[in-house]
Amino acid sequence: MGVPLFAEAANIYTQSLVNGLTAGSLIALIALGYTMVYGIVELINFAHGDVFMLGTFFAFTVLAALGITGAATATASGGAIVLGIALMLLLTPLFCAGLNLGIDRLVYKPLRRAPKLAPLVSAIGVSFCLMNLGMFWNGIMPEDGKKVPSASGRNFPALLTTPVVRDRMVDAGLCDEVGNVLEGSLAKSVLGDSGGLRFTVKDLLVILVTVPLMLALTMFVKFSSVGKAMRATAQNPTAAQLMGINVDRVIGLTFLLGGALAGFGSVVAALTLYTTIDYQLGFQQGLYAFTAAVLGGIGNIPGAVLGALVIGFVQSFGSVLVGEKWTSAMVFVILIVMLVFRPTGLLGSRTREKV
Amino acid sequence: MTALRKLPWDLLIVLALAGLPFVPGLFDSVDRFLRLPFGSEMTTLFIMAVLALGLHVVVGYTGVLQLGVAAFFGIGAYVTGILTVPSLPFHMSFPVSLVAATLFAAFVGLLLAAPTLRLRGDYLALVTLGFGEVTKFALKNMEAITNGTKGLNPIPAPKLPEFTGASGDWGTDFRYFYFLTLGVLFVVLLVLRNLEKSRLGRAWIALREDELAATCMGLNTGRLKLAAFGLGAGIAGLAGCLYATKLGNTADPNAYGFNRSVTILCCLILGGLGNRTGVLLGVFLIVGFDNILAPAMDKRMQAARGPGAEVIDYETLSFWKLMAFGLALVLVMRFRPEGLLPSSRVKRELHPDETLPESAADPVTGA
Repeated sequence: MGVPLFAEAANIYTQSLVNGLTAGSLIALIALGYTMVYGIVELINFAHGDVFMLGTFFAFTVLAALGITGAATATASGGAIVLGIALMLLLTPLFCAGLNLGIDRLVYKPLRRAPKLAPLVSAIGVSFCLMNLGMFWNGIMPEDGKKVPSASGRNFPALLTTPVVRDRMVDAGLCDEVGNVLEGSLAKSVLGDSGGLRFTVKDLLVILVTVPLMLALTMFVKFSSVGKAMRATAQNPTAAQLMGINVDRVIGLTFLLGGALAGFGSVVAALTLYTTIDYQLGFQQGLYAFTAAVLGGIGNIPGAVLGALVIGFVQSFGSVLVGEKWTSAMVFVILIVMLVFRPTGLLGSRTREKV
Repeated sequence: MTALRKLPWDLLIVLALAGLPFVPGLFDSVDRFLRLPFGSEMTTLFIMAVLALGLHVVVGYTGVLQLGVAAFFGIGAYVTGILTVPSLPFHMSFPVSLVAATLFAAFVGLLLAAPTLRLRGDYLALVTLGFGEVTKFALKNMEAITNGTKGLNPIPAPKLPEFTGASGDWGTDFRYFYFLTLGVLFVVLLVLRNLEKSRLGRAWIALREDELAATCMGLNTGRLKLAAFGLGAGIAGLAGCLYATKLGNTADPNAYGFNRSVTILCCLILGGLGNRTGVLLGVFLIVGFDNILAPAMDKRMQAARGPGAEVIDYETLSFWKLMAFGLALVLVMRFRPEGLLPSSRVKRELHPDETLPESAADPVTGA
């Protein structure tokens, strides 16, 4: 009697593991932007989540330009869908990187020598401005020729679940008609034998985009000369400047990289995580990401990824064990508890406040 | 100039506002001009001023960035709701709920602050932000007590004491709540005015100016911050009680989220950190824009377009309020970080080069 019960439970937990992994990888893309910026200019960039939010609207606009939004999504051809996803993955990171750099140059740069409160408050201000822009952006894009109320959510085209994609997937032997992993496929052998486990094309996309990005970032920061300059600037900007590093360029590059990661994140999240997008998305997801960054030790790149995975697992296991409506509260309780008992995070090193 | 500066401007403003309802016909004509109930909106503004003063105790005096003041506001509102609504078994009167809301919010403030005090600046800000969000979700999810997103209602209006023999309809005549909230605002301003000059107030300011130096002088910074958090939370809870009573319900928990906290912070920063008159000015500008100016302008613009015209949301002034607040924060931080009406100490701190010209040049860059 006990055995089937445990088998059932094991399946739920494996599923939570998969869900947590994908949710966590997405949070990690945003968390990296927070942590890199904090590592270099010691600024909690509140506007980062909203850059992510505007990224989803930009991605939507790309699809609208291709004419595959609204009612047209279901009948879009395979080629149009591939083109749409490719264009989104190409243009949205560029847009977000440019936006993030622009914000830094326009708002934060003049405040580099100001007391720490000034850039922090400015970042909150920028966040408010971007939220309002997101609302406006939502309002000016009609849906199937009709006006959408600016503050309400709008459907993001579910490109990955259109009939044409599903057929291709089934043809390629990746999943069955309802999106389940096929018996005997590669995914199945990796995930182990637990019937009914769902590892869909969405999860696949998340892993395919996030893992290479994080690896590339780690390699870049660790081995390239610019990455070395970034680490030097994070350690001591004055000394880095004396060694001939153009600190302003390094800071600009950090904002560019952070923005681009958020851009990738917004495309993948819109395609996989959200059914609707609205102007408050950035605040929500930004807070999770930011909690992840703090959890891992703010300023620490592997820490941000670790923290994001922890948050992902808290979300997925929390909704199974406690109930979905409490998961957000749980994330913030973890943030508070973490800050109280180990403010430097899981991987952060103890730094003394400069007097 | 210094003689003018020494006048208690905050108290004078409150007294002047108390005189307004006695000007015959003033509120009627303003109502007609603005096309909204001006007296009632002013009452909301006074409540927000009380809330802002609660935040002022923490941010203005001790310099700790508090990003979750709306949580204490919400706790005050919900304590009032729980104690007074007919559907729950307490049925307390307004004065009892006022005291209970204040004390409970202060207690929660102490509870939050006690373990988090040793955190440094921005981490403490984050804890308060996280706490604000947790409170919002808790209010939403504990449906058995808080009635979820529908909120608790109806909260009965206060009753005038028996001995006055007077009775009146608090719902139709704005003056009851107007004087009640203005009275509370006056008392809070008076208390803070005296507190500022007391040993505790001076210690807070020492803490804000330089925590390390304050500790070296033997100040118990932990206890000082705790006191500020408790008092600030209590005042915010008091404002919450007034808000819920005025509204007649506790409103949706979303009314007590991050947006509210930042809007109030915006008032403080725009008006001038550390200065009570500045806080009042900030509240009048920000909340006045949000609740009075923008809706009034929108109604006028809509009337000018003609009765049948379609309302396009982004062509209204209210739509752009987040942008206005955000720009206000950014521009103030860039060009006048001490705010419009700064406290003289904060101003000197933010412009060290003007008072100490010999130390202005940075030894490293020479800038």
